Amino acid sequence: MALDIILGAISIGIVFLYGSVGEIITEKSGHLNLGIPGIMCMGTAGGMLGISVYMNSLANVKNASWLSLVFIPLICAFLFAAFGGLIYAFLTVSLKSNQNVVGLAITTFGAGFSQFFIDKFVDTTYIARARKIISQGFSFTSNLGPTNISYGFLAYLAILLAVAAAFILKRTKIGLRLRAVGENPATADAVGINVTAYKYFAIFIGSGIAGLGGLYYVAGYTTFDNTLTIQTFGWLAVALVIFTMWRPDLSIIGSILFGGLYVVGSKMTTVISSLATQEIILLLPYVVTIIVLIFTSIFGSKNVQPPAALGLNYFREDR
Amino acid sequence: MNEAKNVREPLFHVARRGTVALKRQVWARVIAVFGGLITGSLICLVVYGKSPVEFLWRLVYGNFKSMDSVWNLLRNTAFLLAIGLALIPAFKMKFWNLGGNGQILMGGIATVCCMKYLGGILPDVVVWLFMLVSAVAAGMIWSAIPAIFKAFFKTNETLFTLMMNYIAAGIVAFAIKKIGGKGTTGSIGVIETAQLPVLFHDSFLIILSVALLTVIMTLYMKKSKHGYEIAVVGESENTAKYVGINVRKVIIRTLILSGAICGFVGFLFVGASEHTIVTEETLAKTGFTAFTAIIAVWIAHNDPIATIGASFGIIFINNGMPFVKATLGITEDTVANMIIGIMYLFVIACEFFISYQVIFNRKNKNALREM
Amino acid sequence: MEKSIAIELKNICKYFPGKVMANKNVNLTLYKGEILSLLGENGSGKTTLMNIISGIYAPDEGQIFINGEEAVIRSPKDAFNYKIGMIHQHFKLVDVFTAAENIVLGVNEGKHFNIKDVNTRVREIAERYGFDIDPKKKIYNMSVSEKQTVEIIKVLYRGADILILDEPTAVLTPQEIEKLFAILRKMREDGKSIIIITHKLNEVLAISDRVSILRKGEYIGTVETKKTTQKELTEMMVGQKIDLKIERVKTDFDKPLLEIRNLCITSDNGSLAVKDASFYIRGGEILGVAGIAGCGQKELCEAIAGLRKIESGLIMHKGENLIGLPPKEIIAKGVSMSFIPEDRLGMGLCPSFSITDNMMLKTYGDGKGPFVDRKSARERAKSLIGKLEIVTPSTETSVRKLSGGNVQKVLVGREIEAGPNVIITAYPVRGLDINSSYVIYDILNEQKKKGTGILFIGEDLDVMLALCDKIMVICHGKIMGIVHAEKTTKEELGLMMTGSLDLTEEKKDKNYGIAKDSNLTEEEWKEQERKEGNDGE
Repeated sequence: MALDIILGAISIGIVFLYGSVGEIITEKSGHLNLGIPGIMCMGTAGGMLGISVYMNSLANVKNASWLSLVFIPLICAFLFAAFGGLIYAFLTVSLKSNQNVVGLAITTFGAGFSQFFIDKFVDTTYIARARKIISQGFSFTSNLGPTNISYGFLAYLAILLAVAAAFILKRTKIGLRLRAVGENPATADAVGINVTAYKYFAIFIGSGIAGLGGLYYVAGYTTFDNTLTIQTFGWLAVALVIFTMWRPDLSIIGSILFGGLYVVGSKMTTVISSLATQEIILLLPYVVTIIVLIFTSIFGSKNVQPPAALGLNYFREDR
Repeated sequence: MNEAKNVREPLFHVARRGTVALKRQVWARVIAVFGGLITGSLICLVVYGKSPVEFLWRLVYGNFKSMDSVWNLLRNTAFLLAIGLALIPAFKMKFWNLGGNGQILMGGIATVCCMKYLGGILPDVVVWLFMLVSAVAAGMIWSAIPAIFKAFFKTNETLFTLMMNYIAAGIVAFAIKKIGGKGTTGSIGVIETAQLPVLFHDSFLIILSVALLTVIMTLYMKKSKHGYEIAVVGESENTAKYVGINVRKVIIRTLILSGAICGFVGFLFVGASEHTIVTEETLAKTGFTAFTAIIAVWIAHNDPIATIGASFGIIFINNGMPFVKATLGITEDTVANMIIGIMYLFVIACEFFISYQVIFNRKNKNALREM
Repeated sequence: MEKSIAIELKNICKYFPGKVMANKNVNLTLYKGEILSLLGENGSGKTTLMNIISGIYAPDEGQIFINGEEAVIRSPKDAFNYKIGMIHQHFKLVDVFTAAENIVLGVNEGKHFNIKDVNTRVREIAERYGFDIDPKKKIYNMSVSEKQTVEIIKVLYRGADILILDEPTAVLTPQEIEKLFAILRKMREDGKSIIIITHKLNEVLAISDRVSILRKGEYIGTVETKKTTQKELTEMMVGQKIDLKIERVKTDFDKPLLEIRNLCITSDNGSLAVKDASFYIRGGEILGVAGIAGCGQKELCEAIAGLRKIESGLIMHKGENLIGLPPKEIIAKGVSMSFIPEDRLGMGLCPSFSITDNMMLKTYGDGKGPFVDRKSARERAKSLIGKLEIVTPSTETSVRKLSGGNVQKVLVGREIEAGPNVIITAYPVRGLDINSSYVIYDILNEQKKKGTGILFIGEDLDVMLALCDKIMVICHGKIMGIVHAEKTTKEELGLMMTGSLDLTEEKKDKNYGIAKDSNLTEEEWKEQERKEGNDGE
């Protein structure tokens, strides 16, 4: 049963992982994007559009190729979500509007837009069939137990992206510059880094990656119910960023932990029989996040603090 | 070769405006609202083939089609305004209380518990008192926790209050299961005992109390010593310390007030309107979540009176959209949310043109022409 | 040895709108392999000039020649290309980065990036010039001098041949200064050209080959260090005494109102900002404080007003201890402090508040009831506007929209309105035109007549010589002497400000800065000291 929980935790955790990796990249540029839940919804909409357009273009859906079914929706989801990110970037970076307010507006817009878009333009007939194809390919059977360990490509991609993001942020020139922009934009500006370009870039990429979480949820995990569920995952992703102290590599473990708390209630009905208790378990991720937030603010060294300029817009003339 | 010409200058630069005439502020916002509406109606035109005039007319008509819809408009505006009034003191102090939803939900739970377990046992008046006190206290506790950590350890309040929302939502879900008993999955049903009294109309008590609250909060923010302290702390903590204000005390006191009003909103919503436990979804459906209120207050620049207008505008669209949808044969539920989202984006963008100005470097253009 | 010119400035002029000329026909020559000191008082235009060379400002007139060719420097990037590097007084470093990460930030060299290579190169540079640095150490764990080292290496890493250091010694201890100088000499041997801005004459003489002097934006001249004296440099720097028509009101001095003994205060970066200061202010006297900006003036003001914790020492007001009291109670005792920072808003006023609302900043809590008394505040604002001729559309105009002079009148006016017995005012005429300045001087003189004790922290020596009764000179937090304004000379003040003359050393036995008619007996002072000491533990 423990294995069952871990496998389930990884399955759902991937959604949070995409979201949090995207949000970390965004926050590293000094922008707290509370629009992530809405942006993940937009990723869902884009991904589902990609699937339906591809499936409907085929003469016979049985001929659907795995490669196209993974990459067409992937690109669509990325672009839709990144477009949401661009709106956010334009309003906060160029128009210098308050980040919290814009973020919340994007969440409202993104969720509304996505639900509308899916209802109106997406043909959901073949989504289930497509999911079967997308989820296969990288699965293997384990000797550990009776369960089949089987994850689709999108799950591995999430982990790959998290590792890559961690590497880029920590080890490369681009990462160094991006972090400088989020920590101290005036200093970055003084050494000749194009602060605006880096912010746009980070928000664009970060939003796109977060959007893949929305795609994974419908194309690799379960049926689409409504955008509200994905919104909830978006907030969990924001929590996960704090919980992992802005580190994508720790996000991999953190997302599994959050995923575990998410599924443990339903997987262990014999132990946790009360439905009420299950609800309590579901709020634990937020509680531990707050505890982490408090601990780092009281005892934490400067290394584990949020980016110093997080939430503050940079305006050169204000120096 | 003249080297000066090789110096590349941007085509324009952005500068902060000093004074902004009221006229300009009003116009910018009017244009933004219309821009948003036109974009929204264009979407209807493109997607559904319905004319923008039809769209706008129905949006207005939807709010006034019956006495009930007018009451509904006023009631929902009152709720959104009340949440805005709760947030204003915190925002004026530059404390980002994103936890309004949680504070309302906690107030709601407290009210439900009182109604459920005390209603019918104690006289209604006593239960009402219990409902009020416990709801306000619950909201207070929910906002005081992040405030204390902010005051003493500078814990990031934006993220803290945000997380508190979801803990409250979790507690609500727990309460539904717990109060509802085993096996129930949905709501706990309408509680018939200890409902708040109906004066003239279902919504009258709500509107009256929010009107009173508006007067009190306007006085508090603009005339009282507390309001003055809040403004000083928001302006500069250093100045506040310089004139001898106890900044920690002000932060905690103000947030307790903020949470108390949110708790009060929860009390009103449950006791006088829903008579059952409220979830985040209930709030979202009615259009007055604390997130909406954040946007309203921000548009209103933390001014209680201006918040009335902003709240009214948001609710107006929110309440008018179902009618637009129903009569134009639109089946998609969320088209309202999308159009409201677009409106927000327009109004937010317009704030830039109020507080900044874009100066084109004309001289440079001429130089280019010469080359 | 034949010398070639590294950089030459010809007739550089820079105007700022609405202000006096910051640089006026400045000529400057820097040879290869030399250290040039740039000397001048506050506001003499040194920093502006250096900002022109490093590309932060563009000159309005004049030419810059580098290696004999005319150069156009329009951005810090251009300056890098000309191999010019500036080390600012305020460090521009990312706190959570390591030294090496800060050094390499923004450098465009190839696509390859390996922090290990950077570490190695940083170590190479460090060894070459004798820096003591760990490339992997994070900035937030560093002392001020280590941060400065990072800034210098940052410039060297970019291959700078011309280095400009803006007051590098201000934040360093004597030992650290020695170390820095050794490094600078090594760089000179290596062929680098260095411009160093400093106020301390002994340092100028110790480190530089030549000294160029600016005064009030104008170029005064350049002398060879070997052939000059401290006296000559001071004279060039402060210029002739100008007689101002400021009245020094004669009053009968009262007993000391504020007595300060052995006060030590730490600054934000942890170094000692005020060292063992003892002085007193009598009622009816103006005590001027002269000193280069950033020599502990701000910390002193904040400590007296109860805004900053002190390390040790005593602050007694009419025989009562002020230490540990909350700012509110210190205000209630009649001690008023107003500090005009460089941006001229900031502490003391809320820029977005109206004049009326600013009037009640310290008094809003008076009176009963939960509401503020805006009516009386408006009356006070009105009377102040009339009395001080403040130019404003109404009492409800926000202070941000007023011109600088009017902002200061509001601030100083409000402080005096409250009827304090001790006024501490720092730079009250900063940025004001002459007429507005005289209004402020008149206000202060009027207060003096009423028996108020005034601590006047100023910039202009001529003003202080005319206005103040006594002048206290501080140099890097240490009191160099307290002299009677009528008996001293500008040169003497200049020598003390630059650390060349220390009167307290000469009169060590005379209990410098201690009033004979103190409010407390020596036993009582000891008693207080013991109490504070115990409290501190």
